[in-house]
Amino acid sequence: MAGTKHTDQGWRRFAVAVPYVWLLVFFLLPFVIILKISLADPVIAQPPFTPLLDDQGNLSVSLDGFKFLLTDKLYAITYFKSVMLAASATMLCLLLGFPMAYGIARSDPMTRSILLLLIVLPFWISFLLRVYAWMGLLNNYGVINNMLMWFGAIDQPIQFMYTDFAMLIGMTYSYLPFMVLPLYATLERMDLDLVDAAQDLGATRTGAFWDITWPLAKPGVIAGCLLVFIPAMGEYVIPYLLGGGESLLIGRVLFDEFFVNRDWPLASSVAIVLLLILVVPIMLLQRYQARDAEDA
Amino acid sequence: MTETANPDSFIRIRGVSKHFGDFVAVDNVDLDIRRGELFAILGGSGCGKSTLLRMLAGFEEPTAGTIEIDGTDVTHQPPYERPVNMMFQSYAIFPHMTVQKNVAYGLRKDGVSGSELTDRVDDAIRLVQLDGFQERKPDQLSGGQRQRVALARALIKQPKVLLLDEPLAALDKKLREQTQFELMNIQDELGITFVVVTHDQEEAMTLATRIAVMDKGRFLQVGEPKEIYEYPQSRFVADFVGTINTFEGSVSAIDEETITVNCPDVTAPVLALNSHDVEVGQAACIAIRPEKIFISLDKPEDDETNSVRGVVDDLGYLGNRSLYRIRLETGRMIQVSRQNQRRSAKRFVEWDDKVWVSWRPRSCVVIFEEL
Amino acid sequence: MRRRSRFLLTVLSFGYAFLYIPLISVVFYSFNKSSLATVWGGFSMRWYGELFRNEQVLEALGLSLQIAATSATFATILGTMAGLALVRFGRFRGRTLFSGMIVSPLVMPEVITGLSLLLLFVSLQQLIGWPGQRGFSTITIAHTTFAMAYVAVVVQSRLTAMDESLEEAAMDLGCKPMRVVFDITLPLIFPAMISGWLLAFTLSLDDLVIASFVSGPGATTLPMYIFSKVKLGVTPDINALASLIILIVSVGLLLSWAAIRKRRP
Repeated sequence: MAGTKHTDQGWRRFAVAVPYVWLLVFFLLPFVIILKISLADPVIAQPPFTPLLDDQGNLSVSLDGFKFLLTDKLYAITYFKSVMLAASATMLCLLLGFPMAYGIARSDPMTRSILLLLIVLPFWISFLLRVYAWMGLLNNYGVINNMLMWFGAIDQPIQFMYTDFAMLIGMTYSYLPFMVLPLYATLERMDLDLVDAAQDLGATRTGAFWDITWPLAKPGVIAGCLLVFIPAMGEYVIPYLLGGGESLLIGRVLFDEFFVNRDWPLASSVAIVLLLILVVPIMLLQRYQARDAEDA
Repeated sequence: MTETANPDSFIRIRGVSKHFGDFVAVDNVDLDIRRGELFAILGGSGCGKSTLLRMLAGFEEPTAGTIEIDGTDVTHQPPYERPVNMMFQSYAIFPHMTVQKNVAYGLRKDGVSGSELTDRVDDAIRLVQLDGFQERKPDQLSGGQRQRVALARALIKQPKVLLLDEPLAALDKKLREQTQFELMNIQDELGITFVVVTHDQEEAMTLATRIAVMDKGRFLQVGEPKEIYEYPQSRFVADFVGTINTFEGSVSAIDEETITVNCPDVTAPVLALNSHDVEVGQAACIAIRPEKIFISLDKPEDDETNSVRGVVDDLGYLGNRSLYRIRLETGRMIQVSRQNQRRSAKRFVEWDDKVWVSWRPRSCVVIFEEL
Repeated sequence: MRRRSRFLLTVLSFGYAFLYIPLISVVFYSFNKSSLATVWGGFSMRWYGELFRNEQVLEALGLSLQIAATSATFATILGTMAGLALVRFGRFRGRTLFSGMIVSPLVMPEVITGLSLLLLFVSLQQLIGWPGQRGFSTITIAHTTFAMAYVAVVVQSRLTAMDESLEEAAMDLGCKPMRVVFDITLPLIFPAMISGWLLAFTLSLDDLVIASFVSGPGATTLPMYIFSKVKLGVTPDINALASLIILIVSVGLLLSWAAIRKRRP
């Protein structure tokens, strides 16, 4: 029960203010700036966009960027593809990650800590290097093709690299720990006797799963899916290294518009639209985090 | 409430309430605790006793009312300024400090140092019989030992009041009995006023010089353990402390020494001592403790004794005593308890035996409650 | 002992194989004599040798380590303050916004964070003339900002698990509230602060996208260097570098795991 605490008010304010101000300046303010620039026009100047207030102090707002984004077919396809790819990767991570998390939660404490260590280890190894590792595997003269040809299964190397398939594998691989860990946290808290109780009362294995395990695991599932989907939407490295020059995904598009085309306003608009797509998932995640803290 | 200044009143609680939003945890209570008492606040969970304790310690501020300790108003004083120390239910021993450092902590905050500090710490540790444990860390101690560290840590500052939050709850039965007497001895030796909060009526009865029974934020009765047990003033108190048989009824006759109460559940009218201003027809409740009831196969001869016929419905042997459930002719069940004073192969009564249950008028209590 | 489901066992094996086979293959091929990275030409340590002679790599490594250490330290300080505020300070004005800002960097796509920070720096440059040269300071600020979110999460979970009556006991014994933080709270959450620091350090060392956005000419971090080489395909010297990193991380993680297990009896 929280009541009024006798506190040193001054120190408290300081402890809150420092990180608060930092975040306001270096996290929130930049978003406001993105919004402002997205409403400008590109010019050949330094910086390459029109100011919000011109010399006479008049507001100069241009929605051209947004109009272009929302009407151009290529952009629509790009956003759509990014959502599809992120969603597919999320689904694969869930299909593989759920049984893994369940298996780890069910094992005895000694095995469990080793298994957890092994899940966390890839997470600490450079993301970039892990994507790179897949390049070596999927290459035309890479490990997988070599193996297949050596076994005589195929004559010509299969083109794995620079395909959607490669990107999907890469994403699932990189984000798998992000799915397993929150799922494990939820499943570990669950009383595993409940499943046995259900079976004792006559439920089949699959019946017990859908009736008992799945509903109780749902908070972890939601958290895991959000932790994969949201960053996957904006992926840059994987589309670049595994998807090749043709891969159109939002993360790459944003990067290229900014650095290659030097169209800052358009890049900003791309970012804003991406943020709008992600607002709902991010708020869902925040709600889950708050509820999780209460339950603990 | 009379406001006469009571010189005995070491802790004065006046009109104290605590609201959490709409919820009233403590409802306008008054209490006087005397210097050197071992006072217990007894109640079930959610009755407000922990909130009251926290207000005494300074972790909560009353929504209304005042608290005085030894003449000083401490109502708004923060915990680190009050002459009050607390022994927490979880003991709250600092896990990253040794026993020595834990016990010394409070004195350090007072600015004590050097040899005076070490001497006083050693004395406190000896008082709780933990000599030799100075360098141990909390995770190397048992639950009982940790509690003693908590006690030493709180007492070393010689507070005016020591608050104890469910001190015996986490201990097993044997340890509990031992600790009960240790606490009482220490309190006696040091003369510090103890305020204990507990839900265990046995604990309260053993430890305390006076008990306050609390329910729904209010005190229902304050008095010595014997008073609370033998003369409960409400159904709640009668039922909370020990077991009780209660019969509702109404007063049918009033005599010089006795009153007669007609209870539908009891076949004959019940005689009780006349102790209140009563009127004929007033609603009354007869309360009688299981150990005050006699079981016999024949009807007792004395007319003044309350006697009723019944059948033994169930019985249980508990070693030092036996419990019986007797079904009266009205269908009502009563509990009777009897010391097994004699060892014999044959049981006193058997299931389904027809018996007489009886008790003396002075053994039962009449409770008049405004419902 | 629970009945081991064969299904679970299969999935677990597949999952772990999936996670580790790419890493093992990289290490394997780092010893490849041939410069055609995945065509085996014999065992050799030559690429490791070349790595140590490569000045660009060493420079990039040095810069990355400096940035990681600095940003991890700042992130730990700020993240711990934020964690304390969210768990112990109850309701204060603007708390919802604050907790929202703390959670968001955890999931925000890096291209957005990178872009937003770069635009901030450019605008600041226009307004107050700083930062003139983007590099160490801008990358450090960027890394501090997103890493403090991670530290805050770690600290928060340790704080909620901590017995709050310990802090009350200290106050009861005469300790003023601010002192309680230094006497009791910080010592007890210290392990969490350390893991937070390590987490922030690793995240900084690993970051590519955000650093690419906010960096400037002459400031190349290790991931940026690796990326520039890897863009062209698989190369054996990167194999060697990757293997070294895998080795260091594995050893580090194993040591800390063993140390934690020793403490808990």
